[in-house]
Amino acid sequence: MPRHLILRLGQAFLVMVGVVALTFVITRMVPGDPAVAYAGPRATPEQLAEVRERFGLDEPLWVQLAVYVRDLATGDWQTSLHTRRPVLEDLYHAFPASLELVGAGLVIAIAVGVPVGVLAARFRGRFPDFSVRLTSMLAVSLPVFWLALALQTVFGSTLGWFPVAGEYDGSLDTTSPLTLWTNITVVDALITGNWPILTSTLAHLALPALVVAAYPAGVIAQLVRATLIEEASQDHARLERALGFRETTILTRFALRPALNPVLSLIALVFAYAIVNGFLVEAVFNWPGLGRYAVSAISHSDTPAVAGVTLLVALMYVFANLVVDLLQGVIDPRTRAR
Amino acid sequence: MSAMPRVARLPRVTDRFALAGAVLITLIALAAVLAPWLAPHPPGEVDPLNALSPPDGEHWFGTDAAGRDVFSRVLHGGQTSLLIAVAVLAVSATAGVLLGVVAGYAGGWVRDVIMRITDVFLAFPALLLSVALAVVLEPSVTTVIVAIAVTWWPWYARLSAATAASIATRPYVDAARCLGVPAIMIILRHVLPNSLTPVLVQLSLDAGGVILTAAALSYLGLGAQDPTAEWGLMVEQGQTLFTTNWWVVTFPGLAILLTAFAFNVLGEGLRDALDPRRIVK
Amino acid sequence: MIEVRDLRVRYGGRVVADVPELDVAPGECVAIVGESGSGKSTTLMALLGLTEGAEVSGRVRVAGVDVLTASPARLRAIRGARVALVMQSPQAALSPTTRLGTLMRRALKLHGVGDAERVMAEAVEAVLLDPAILRRYPHEVSGGQAQRFAIALAIALGAEAILADEPTSALDVTVQAEVVAVLRELCAARGLALLLVSHDLALVSTIAHRVLVMRDGEVVESGPAARVLAEPSHPYTRELLEALP
Repeated sequence: MPRHLILRLGQAFLVMVGVVALTFVITRMVPGDPAVAYAGPRATPEQLAEVRERFGLDEPLWVQLAVYVRDLATGDWQTSLHTRRPVLEDLYHAFPASLELVGAGLVIAIAVGVPVGVLAARFRGRFPDFSVRLTSMLAVSLPVFWLALALQTVFGSTLGWFPVAGEYDGSLDTTSPLTLWTNITVVDALITGNWPILTSTLAHLALPALVVAAYPAGVIAQLVRATLIEEASQDHARLERALGFRETTILTRFALRPALNPVLSLIALVFAYAIVNGFLVEAVFNWPGLGRYAVSAISHSDTPAVAGVTLLVALMYVFANLVVDLLQGVIDPRTRAR
Repeated sequence: MSAMPRVARLPRVTDRFALAGAVLITLIALAAVLAPWLAPHPPGEVDPLNALSPPDGEHWFGTDAAGRDVFSRVLHGGQTSLLIAVAVLAVSATAGVLLGVVAGYAGGWVRDVIMRITDVFLAFPALLLSVALAVVLEPSVTTVIVAIAVTWWPWYARLSAATAASIATRPYVDAARCLGVPAIMIILRHVLPNSLTPVLVQLSLDAGGVILTAAALSYLGLGAQDPTAEWGLMVEQGQTLFTTNWWVVTFPGLAILLTAFAFNVLGEGLRDALDPRRIVK
Repeated sequence: MIEVRDLRVRYGGRVVADVPELDVAPGECVAIVGESGSGKSTTLMALLGLTEGAEVSGRVRVAGVDVLTASPARLRAIRGARVALVMQSPQAALSPTTRLGTLMRRALKLHGVGDAERVMAEAVEAVLLDPAILRRYPHEVSGGQAQRFAIALAIALGAEAILADEPTSALDVTVQAEVVAVLRELCAARGLALLLVSHDLALVSTIAHRVLVMRDGEVVESGPAARVLAEPSHPYTRELLEALP
């Protein structure tokens, strides 16, 4: 295994340890007595003592941290104060829906952002460039929750083109029940050929996915534009011009691939942002994912649940960054050589 | 020591984006600061008889469910949003730049420790960590500021560590070190002032993000509480009325959009003027 | 092959190249010499119609096409296929993520050259490269190999003229000789017109038939290489010659 790979893995591991520690600190920052928070304000002293002992709250902090890490590693992510179910179990059920939403959003963002960025670079300094830059700046300035409400109201409630909330029409569970493989509804419906649920899910997915896509699409378009402009001023673009290639061909066939490398790192970053932005979108569209779970946990001051979601997303983010770093070599042969 | 470069050279504002952004921000800031005089009604003035009346000559942006004037509340909301943005950026930039400059100047294990800590914080998307923090603290404007500042400083630490490290190796810093100038003086006199330019650009790029994050926290009920006029909170309070009374949600939302947009346009313009290619955060 | 009359290239009102007369016949090698910034490279790019943002006036005929008035499509048709460009830094001139063979195949397809695989193999062998090089990326080949590949591109596309911009200055001395040999062979045996831009008078004296000396955008002296290099009439040319080791 190459040296830089070992270093990279070691670094990712260190960050994960830090993420766990920081999450622990946050959960213990609760003002007042966490035992009271769990047992309720009317608990007797005996009940409080029992809670304290059960959760090890009377131990020194570092012991509590060690216990916390041990519990996380053995799959005990504490119990939600609100649902009273293990947090890990709740996350397991909510995660696939979030992945579905964010995945769809990112697909839209790439499908729109990359060509639009190419267009802007091709007509640099002219009208298409100007309008792409302006639109992408608007896209990254949109408050997601507001955009979600606006699209829901206009295209859902008022025009009735799309369903307003949920992941698919619930009545389909009885008429054409879904066999679960991956727990991601779209994928399961596709591989089991369940067309009624597939079309219903896609219709429900359209608006929230569009909202999730807005920010990453804007960022991707800006980055693709900037990188392509840089690539098109390189020596090799000069030779390609001298070989008679069209400007568009130079951008799409020669410049785009090296330009995709920064875009890829960006997508890892944007993935985490999209998950978190997705929280607000899920809450608005009642999408049964991590976000709806987190938002309901927030409104119930459900610290273990919030900590669980935080930890999961942060760990995923570290992991996504790691994967992207490793993927870079596949896209740009120069990094492989190093 | 004549070789010392001039302090923090600011870019000429020739880019039309930068100029447009600066003008917009000035207008928004003026509207917010002058809100007590510009607003036709006090932001908290309740008028149940006139609840949910659509925009007209008297109430330009209509009234909300309590009969409060939405236009006046949007103007006053600007104060809250800009206050949060300024406070967050001031706190996180100060903390981040100080730590970053120390890390970059000292190098070695000091740099390693500080940078690994920033890595940990950067592993959390800003909104996520802010949400987690805001949940355990009492919801208020101060909570929002603290929660966002905690997630934002590492960006400045990382940025200024890189600049400081490159400045620390320059001949005039070496010369000062050889002359026996104490490290603290070298940092204050040479390293710090020269690390500021990239930070200033980053600040204008970040202000939009801070405003969006703050609005999201308030929307989630973790920030400003009811009588306060705050854009995110106003959207939250009006969301169930969107279909029937569009104005209660539309105008505060547009205010967030416009302010974030103005900062993004300025930041984009400044970045273009300095360097056409830097990774977007 | 190349015929230039009263070419003037201006950037924002400043004249960066002023060439009253420049002709290159098939089988002939003409060199433009001068220091960097003297307008040599600009002249070369003007011949391809690739001086973006510049005002260009005069008359430029390359391969029978009037470059300054031709349509973009017409210009693209002669670029590569009739006139080839060889650049200074060979590896930077090749797209880092494109295999050499892919680049050549795309160029052949663009200009409608059939039987690509055979043409490519022959062109690569003509510059004494191993055909295996076509499967490599630019960073996997040496500077000399990359430069010979650029010449192979010209051969494969059947170019009748080569514009070479400092083709050897980024190469080691031994490798320089190989590239020069290949260029000379193209001129002499295949009858290509070669327009060479260089500040290396030693190189110029071994290959060029005629020489133009440029300084600050102006042609200060021109004539047969033997005469200009042996009995320079302009003081600037003498300076350049005296700077030789």
